[in-house]
Amino acid sequence: MTVPSATVVPDERASARRGRRAGGQPAGGSRTAGYFFVAFYVVLLLALGIAPTVYAFALALSTPGGLGFAHFINTFNFFDFAPAFEHILEFEGIWLVSQTILVVILALMVHTLVRRVSSAFRFVFYLPGAMAGAASVVVWLFMFDPHTSPWAFVLHGFHYRLLANTVAPGNLPVIFAIMAFFTGAGGWIVIMYGALNNIPRELIEAAEIDGSNAFQTALRIKLPLIRKWIVYMLVLSFAAGSQLFVEPQILGVATVGEISPQWSPNQLAYYLAFQLDRFNDAAAISVDLLVIGLLVAVLLVWRGRLFEVD
Amino acid sequence: MLARRYVFRLIAMVVLLAFAAFFVVPMIWLLLAPTKTDYQVIHASPFAFGSLSQFGSTFHKVITYQGDLMLTWLKNSAIYAFGGTALALLAAIPAGYGLALTQFIGRRALLGITLVVMIMPATALVLPLFLEASAVHLIGTVWSVILPFAFFPFGVYLAYIYFSSTIPKDLLAAARIDGASEWGVFRHVALPLARPIVALIAFFAFVADWNNYYLPFVMTYDNSQYPVTVGLQVLISSSQVFTPTATGSASVEIFRPDLAMATLIAILPVLIIFMFAQRTLVTGMLAGATKE
Repeated sequence: MTVPSATVVPDERASARRGRRAGGQPAGGSRTAGYFFVAFYVVLLLALGIAPTVYAFALALSTPGGLGFAHFINTFNFFDFAPAFEHILEFEGIWLVSQTILVVILALMVHTLVRRVSSAFRFVFYLPGAMAGAASVVVWLFMFDPHTSPWAFVLHGFHYRLLANTVAPGNLPVIFAIMAFFTGAGGWIVIMYGALNNIPRELIEAAEIDGSNAFQTALRIKLPLIRKWIVYMLVLSFAAGSQLFVEPQILGVATVGEISPQWSPNQLAYYLAFQLDRFNDAAAISVDLLVIGLLVAVLLVWRGRLFEVD
Repeated sequence: MLARRYVFRLIAMVVLLAFAAFFVVPMIWLLLAPTKTDYQVIHASPFAFGSLSQFGSTFHKVITYQGDLMLTWLKNSAIYAFGGTALALLAAIPAGYGLALTQFIGRRALLGITLVVMIMPATALVLPLFLEASAVHLIGTVWSVILPFAFFPFGVYLAYIYFSSTIPKDLLAAARIDGASEWGVFRHVALPLARPIVALIAFFAFVADWNNYYLPFVMTYDNSQYPVTVGLQVLISSSQVFTPTATGSASVEIFRPDLAMATLIAILPVLIIFMFAQRTLVTGMLAGATKE
């Protein structure tokens, strides 16, 4: 899983500055110039964003008798459909809860340090983001193998003697959660740290003068003020987590038959399309995943008011 | 009170160091594994250093695996990532400028759609994109990977925020009064001021493209086209470590140090970029969010 592309959060000060400088309204330039500047992007948006979405819906809904939900019903009845979504839900549950708690705690702790030390920790936390995806899975294959792992003493504590013991099917949601945390948490810690820095210093000083200790200040002042970034992280991570593919795919190759090649919905869609030649059914699963992503996106953009749109 | 504060700080430091170990240990292991033989990787301490000569011979073995397969994968990754990033910048910078500093019908709608597609995970679109690329006979060409990479709405949003919050309107108006065309205003006034955001968008686009696995996995169909991310999977499936029946390339066996070396080579370009971008990443990633 990659560091979420939306790791740069909208800046509240930016809107204030824009309000001062630009009067809150874009201006200048002729209408024609506006069309000219966005033209190439609009072509890409239509061809690579809108068209495939429409195509997926069309394929998923087209049946020999016209439009219908036959392909959705087909996939729903497919024996790997429910387990694939259950796996994802289980993984998301473990990952989102642990990531939220740990990222918030670590960001709060990092925020109490002097700048130089805090900067070093943030860099160390962020660095694994460089190996998101396939590289991270390969490294974690060795971390989960009791023969090679620096954490072998922990694995032995669970009576794991072989890689196959560690990556047993029941452990996979936890394993994928650890991998996702490894590559993604650092980015979020940096974001939370940035959000914490946006809290006016006077507010924290006032709380301290009133006798609030570091723990109370974190719990009662800082946490409520970064709540919307926590929601932002949760929602975005949920959408990204529903798309799991590379982790079970490579782990499946490495363990040869131990992990179902249809472990996640994306893998199932891939299997239906390229192994069974059932592209319409695969499109139906893509639509399921698209709808999850769309709902999350619309929720964030219009209800969450997290993004600047003037 | 003071004692309690010190206890809190001590606990915080212990927790932070424990998590730093969690993040760093796998990377240290990755650096050290190629210095050892396969036997040493299993039997020596995970943090033991083997030898530089072993590191060199492992590097040579990986880089010459099946002729120049690793170099082919790296070249493909570079073509996909640089091509995708270049096109993403060509689209995103003018679009962000247009959305932020010009007025046209549909501007707000375009901005709204951009935000929605930016948040939607791109992976969900991979199969429909495959079908679309297949319909226009692009499968197996570099364009089947580069073009989807070029569509980078997050970059448009970043450019929009930057232009709308950083470029003073008066400056643009003055350039227009001086007779500059709309293109001239963008090219000679706005663009030179946009270097930081161009770098930031390039960074995010390149890292995302280089690390992408699923899209090229679907769009390409043989070793000569795979990027290094998919190549890593090929190496795993060829390795006797995980697949005892694997034959690899008949004569060359892939062991643990080789896989570690291949992974190290695969992440090296992004790792170097991370190192150089360190200051921006940990402090400037959030505009206005530095602890000054």
